[in-house]
Parts: sequence; C-alpha cells; structure tokens
Amino acid sequence: MTELLKVIDLKKQYENDEIVTKVLHGVSFNIDEGEFVAIMGPSGSGKSTLMHIMGFLDKLTTGKYIFKGVDTSNLSDDQMAEYRNFDIGFVFQSFNLLPRTSVFDNVKLPLSYAQNPGDITAKVKQAIAAVGLNHRINNLSNQLSGGEKQRVAIARALVNDPALIFADEPTGNLDSKTGGQVMRILQTLNKRGKTIILVTHEKYTAEHAHRIIKIKDGLVEEDLQVANHIEIKDGDELIK
Amino acid sequence: MLITDTIKMSLKNLRVNKMRSFLTMLGIIIGISSVILITSLVAGAESLIVNQIQGIGSNIIGVLPGASEEDGPPAAVFGVVITTLKEADVQAIKDQIPHISAGSAYLTSTEIITTGSQKTTVSVFGVDPDYPDISETSTDSGHFLTLEDKAAAARVAVLGSQAADDLFNGQNAIGQKIKIRQDQYTIIGTMKSQGTVGFQNVDNAVFIPITTTQKRILGIDYIGFARFKVDSQDNIAETIGAIEELLRDRHDISNPKEDDFTVSSTDSALAVLGTVTGALNLFLVAIAGISLIVGGIGIMNIMLAAVTERIREIGLRKAVGATSANITTQFLIETVIITFLGAIIGMLIGIFFAFLVSLGVNSFDYDWDFVITPTSIIISSLFALIIGLSFGVYPARKAAGYDPITALRYE
Repeated sequence: MTELLKVIDLKKQYENDEIVTKVLHGVSFNIDEGEFVAIMGPSGSGKSTLMHIMGFLDKLTTGKYIFKGVDTSNLSDDQMAEYRNFDIGFVFQSFNLLPRTSVFDNVKLPLSYAQNPGDITAKVKQAIAAVGLNHRINNLSNQLSGGEKQRVAIARALVNDPALIFADEPTGNLDSKTGGQVMRILQTLNKRGKTIILVTHEKYTAEHAHRIIKIKDGLVEEDLQVANHIEIKDGDELIK
Repeated sequence: MLITDTIKMSLKNLRVNKMRSFLTMLGIIIGISSVILITSLVAGAESLIVNQIQGIGSNIIGVLPGASEEDGPPAAVFGVVITTLKEADVQAIKDQIPHISAGSAYLTSTEIITTGSQKTTVSVFGVDPDYPDISETSTDSGHFLTLEDKAAAARVAVLGSQAADDLFNGQNAIGQKIKIRQDQYTIIGTMKSQGTVGFQNVDNAVFIPITTTQKRILGIDYIGFARFKVDSQDNIAETIGAIEELLRDRHDISNPKEDDFTVSSTDSALAVLGTVTGALNLFLVAIAGISLIVGGIGIMNIMLAAVTERIREIGLRKAVGATSANITTQFLIETVIITFLGAIIGMLIGIFFAFLVSLGVNSFDYDWDFVITPTSIIISSLFALIIGLSFGVYPARKAAGYDPITALRYE
C-alpha cells in the first residue's frame, strides 16, 4: 500500500512564561493509505497533541512530518489551513456543529472555504447520504439526537473527500447504541478506502481499528496490528 | 469563503438574536435618524423662513428701532419696546431719500373686535396708505386707507379676508361698523387673501391708519417698525446708507456705533439666515455624529461578546480550513451589515419623522418644504460604513487570532 504519512522523531514542547512542557519526546511511525489506526493512550499521554500536529492544527517543535510525500514540517498558518481544508476531515467528541444551522449548511461548511469546491450541492448530498441522514437534510442541528449530530459531523468530515479522517473520541458523548452506529459508519468508510485515525483512551473503542499505536508519556509504547478487530454490524451496540 | 454565504450567515445570526441585534443597532439607528431628521428640519425651517421673508415683498428695506447686535437681530425682534423711532422719521425718509417708491410705519397689536353678535380676535395693523404697494397686495372690495384717513386719525378699517369672513360670513362688509376697544370703526375695504407673511397672518387682521393706532388704541407716539420699497434692487445698498445717515442726523447721532435703529434689507436678512442655518446644521450634525460614535462603540462591545460566545465556532471553522483572513472577513462583514441595516432603519425613521413634521407645519398654513438632501443620505451611509469597518476591525481581528485548538476546547 502507498504510504500516506510518516512522522520521524517528532518532538513537541510548549513554552509558557519560560516554563517548558515537553509533550512528545520523539515519535516515529508511518501510516499507509486505507489504514484504520487507533491512537490510544491515557489522558496527558500526548495523543491529542500528536493528532493536532498530524491534522495540521498545530506545529511540531522538531522532527519531520511527511504527508503524501511532502515534508510539511514548516508550513505557514494559511498553508496549514489549506491542508486542513483539502486533505483532512475532523470528527470531534463534542460534535461541534454550528448551532441553529441546517444539516445541509453544516456539512457544506468545509466547501465554503475550498479553493475549487465544485458541485457543492451534489457533494453535500452525497456526504449526507453516506451517513444515512437524507431525511434530516433540512433539519436544524439543534433538532438532532446526539448520534445524528455525530453522523452530521462525519458527513462534514467527508464532504471534501479528504485523504485522512481524524475521529477524536467520536463515541465519547454517545450511548452504546448510537456509538455503535458511528463506529459502523467509520468502518464502512474505511472499507471504501478512507484512511481513518481514531484517537481514544478506551481499549474497546480502539479495538474497532485494525492497528493500535499506544502512546504513553510522549513516546510510542506499542504499535501493533489487531488480529481480531471488532467488526460492527448493522444494529450492533458498541461493546464496552 | 463566498461573500454571499457570509452575508446569508450574518443575516441569519441577526435573525436568531433579534432583540440583541436591535439593541446593537439602536445607537446607529438613533444617530442616523437624528442626522436625517435634523438636516431635514433645518432645511425645512430655512425654507419656511425664506418663504416668509420673501412673502414680505421684493426690494424691501426694513427699519427697526434699537441698535443691531453684532451678527444678531435687533432687540425689537425679541419684543423689547424701544420708543426712538417715530412716524416723522418715516415721513422724512419718504420725502428726502430717492429711489423709495413706497413706505409705511407699522404698529401691531392683538385686539378683540366685535360686530353685533360676532366676536373675533385679530391682529390690528396700524399702517400707511402705502401698505398694499409694499406688500404687493390689493383690496378685494372697497378701497384701502387714504392720506386723509391718516391725517385725521380716522376711525376707518380695512379687513383681512379671513377677518371679513369671520365677522360677516361673506356678506358685504363695506360700510358696516366694527368695535375695537371702545370705538366704532367704519369698514371701507377688504383685502385679498395673502396667508402668512413674515410669520404674521395678514388675513386674520384689521388695517387702520397708523395715527389711529397710536392715538386711539395704544396711546403712544412711536412706531413698531417701518418698511420701504426701493425702485430697484441695484439701489438697495445705497438707499440703506442714505436712510442710516438721515436717521443719524435726525436723532443727533455722530458715532454709527451708537445707532438707535437698524436698517436692513430682506436680502441681507436671508444672507444672515443662511449663515445661521449653516452653523446650526454643522452643530447639530456634530452632535448626531457623536451619537453615531457611541453607537459604534456599542456595536464593538456586542461584537466582542459575540466573538467570545462563538469561540468554538471559530475553532471549528479554522479546523475545516478557514484562514485567519476568512474569519476576519466574516466578522467584519457581520459588523458592517449590522451598521448598514441600522443606518437604513435610521434613515427610514428620520425621513418618516421629517415628513410628519412637514405635514404638521403645513397644516398650519406655513410653507414648510419636506427636504431630504442626498448629501445627508450619502454622508450618513458613508459614516455608518466607516463606523462598521473601524469598530468591527478589533473584534474581527480578535476572532481571527484564536488558535484553533484552544478555540475548539473553549468551554
């Protein structure tokens, strides 16, 4: 498979009033196109920081981040915004939908900032169909259930047809039934070829992925393929 | 990001928070409506005064008792009684100064007049036989006061059209008697309708000889003011000078600064009016401008609150690819839309009230023009735009400055 990204000895530290906090101490791995990877670790391990750097939301301190064969270690803010818009889709724990805004307009949001959005309506409808929310297309975001909200967020992450989707604790705010639906959608997307990185602190959630990279104290503790990952079928609950 | 999307979204945000949007706009609404209303009222008042002064007649020189204050009107205008100007002065001016084709002393008082059972309150004008020439009017029936009437201080009267209607209901008034105070007066004529002239309703008036007013009604030997008609506009300045010299001579005044009279033409009165209204306009618009700035600060305040309230939205927008410039533009456009909507509402309110005032004043038979100057519209729109932009920049830049991760995590 083709390599999608590679991090080489990636380090990150924050400086606040001369207090230096080291978060990542030199992380290296690569991820191929089409993989479903879980980045797992307890809170404070540095997994979120790693996701932010790989998602072009944050800059690394030292090391290299090669994305699609290009060294992206030193991008400007606007270049990072362009990568986020074109290559990355985010699904957050707290959904982060625009309040009092229709499902259609929420999903459309990334296309609003795209250089060449193409046929916006068709793309939005396709993304909404992919998460099975056609019947909700004109509803406002605050009229949706939690599970539906997260599906809208997934559709929003899909709409630009990005190379990589980050799901940051996507089931954290959901009950096990709707959590199951969300996981199933992510697995389906992965089967269709999308690269997905799931960030979680829960083992059972991580076990839905095909590979788990365990992060602890700013280092890769373990990088293993999941021999028998949990395959969710229609109607299955998220097994805790 | 598409500008139309941003505009649509801003309008949606305004709709969702109707009350807050309205309160945000209120400062701008009040500011702009004041600018529009004030400029319209000043223009309307100016038109009213101009119409009234022009109604007095063309090529008119007025002589008022009392010195003219520097750049201000003479004291007599404010009702201060000054007794220095006499009928003999008027006569001397008419006799000795060239280019004067007509002249009249004036004394006015408000009296109740009765005839049989009818009773009405009118302005009684003591005037000279020249009055119709000066005011460019004439009698409707009968004839005006004569020199003989004046010489004899005769108890004769000419009725204004409205007074004639009120007292005689359209019947022939000539030869009838009216009672002013304790004396009976014989009506010798009625005037054509002229409306209000120089802010006096000359239709609801009775004209009697100046001498009669002095002796029989007021018991005084001075006059209120005098007006003279000059044969040509070119001679007005020269005639004013001649009148001043003659009066100084008659009143034993050597230093012009000690003048106890004021001579001016309607033209110069209009010129003074122009400078007064110009200054008034500037002054009032400056006050309205201050309220616009206060409105702008209000908008900035609310926008800052909105930015804080929408930090997560900002974070999300950045996460899906918005650049800092996109975010700045979005908030700036929102501010400009708020100010512009406020400006439009303010303009409509200002125009509406200006129209109400003009309706009100016109219903009292005054010529008040309903004027909305394009300048006031353009200036207030520009001002709103400038305020929207300048007071929107800070909140917009603040919004754009948020780090996406911090913004997304904001609780």
